[in-house]
Amino acid sequence: MSKVSFSVNGEVRDLELDTRTTLLDALREHLHLTGTKKGCDHGQCGACTVIVDGRRINACLSLAVMHEGDAITTVEGLGSPENLHPMQAAFIKHDGFQCGYCTPGQICSSVAVLEEIKAGIPSHVTADLTAASQVTPEEIRERMSGNICRCGAYSNILDAITEVAERQA
Amino acid sequence: MKPFTYERAASPAEAAAAAARMPGAKFIAGGTNLLDLMKLQIEAPAHLIDVNGLALDRIEPTPEGGLRVGALVRNTDLAADERIRRDYGVLSRALLAGASGQLRNKATTAGNLLQRTRCPYFYDTDQPCNKRQPGSGCAAIGGFSRQLAVIGHSEACIATHPSDMAVAMRALDAAVETVKPDGTARSIPIAEFHRLPGDTPQIETVLEQGELITAVVLPPPSGGRHFYRKVRDRASYAFALVSVAAVVQRDGTGRVALGGVAHKPWRVEAAEAELPRGASPAMQAILADARPTRENAFKVTLAERALSAVLAEARG
Repeated sequence: MSKVSFSVNGEVRDLELDTRTTLLDALREHLHLTGTKKGCDHGQCGACTVIVDGRRINACLSLAVMHEGDAITTVEGLGSPENLHPMQAAFIKHDGFQCGYCTPGQICSSVAVLEEIKAGIPSHVTADLTAASQVTPEEIRERMSGNICRCGAYSNILDAITEVAERQA
Repeated sequence: MKPFTYERAASPAEAAAAAARMPGAKFIAGGTNLLDLMKLQIEAPAHLIDVNGLALDRIEPTPEGGLRVGALVRNTDLAADERIRRDYGVLSRALLAGASGQLRNKATTAGNLLQRTRCPYFYDTDQPCNKRQPGSGCAAIGGFSRQLAVIGHSEACIATHPSDMAVAMRALDAAVETVKPDGTARSIPIAEFHRLPGDTPQIETVLEQGELITAVVLPPPSGGRHFYRKVRDRASYAFALVSVAAVVQRDGTGRVALGGVAHKPWRVEAAEAELPRGASPAMQAILADARPTRENAFKVTLAERALSAVLAEARG
């Protein structure tokens, strides 16, 4: 067992955990924040994507005890049914899901993707490494490739992200 | 996952000393590969030494005019660094061709070098694998070998090294800096860092027990045009079937390293004299000793075509 303290959606949480506990299991099983989903549990599907200190990561491939002092944002921290995050509203408007299981990961990832483009982080499809990144469908598709949607809602997810990006611009 | 104890290291030298002292100890940084393998019980360290607190996360200029990349610099930060994008484009391109945005945010420079093969038989614990269980045999030889090595392999192992980043570093002639448990430091040329499998495929690098990577040093910029061309089964988020890291100068000379073909990034310096004559003679020299299986013979042709595309772009 090992002690760890980090903030989740702005609230400090103190936990005593088996060292084997992943951040994903700490969120779901210990803090009962079940918005973050366990898909493959091996970093291949992106359903567990959360934002840690402003960066998206796979919560399944990270030990909870390694997050001492970190600020973690899950889908519950982005918005609520009464007060949706713009990305959540856009996913609903564009029908960016079918079964919804991958959706919290898709939404956390897409919020972070727009921040990464704003921060000038290039991607595999960025033509000129020395120029500023643009929000294009090709860029969004590439940057979202770590989030799998088995229902195949990709084109609607792309529309939702594009709308939020355009509104932010 | 098997149970393990956990500590946060206070300094690189102490981390190395602790790793040498504790049998079955491993360093953990990003953890994206290690935790995956621990869940499958392919890795079962008794003790984890968390090195994230060590101040090894900076990219600094060297007196020689190159860059020293701290072992803990995340793949995203290395790929996005303005100096890397301007002067070492092949490295930025290789990093961005690997994994997903989420993984690149966690994965570190040193961890990327030390990642294990994605050979399906290494991952399948019901199968023999000399790398996972020395002496058990190799199910990949004679098995599903489409993704596996075409050169430098042995009767014991035909696994490939999965990194994109390391292939670019090989083309750039990077050096790996380490600290040993006794506190001494050394610099290992990337060409000598990864081993060929031979009859001990479980030993993948020249690192000694407890030795910790502290940085990767890039020599001064070589100029030229930089390319990383990766061919894979999906457009994104897949390992290379073949990749070509190349730096091509205006006069047609250059350097080429290949990924996806061997147990280490594959480069044959002597073959690079053929580059001005075109992709076909150059690749024939680079892969002269290739012994592909029936399933992966296509990689030899694919490597030549990928290089041909790179050289055409360099001319264009």
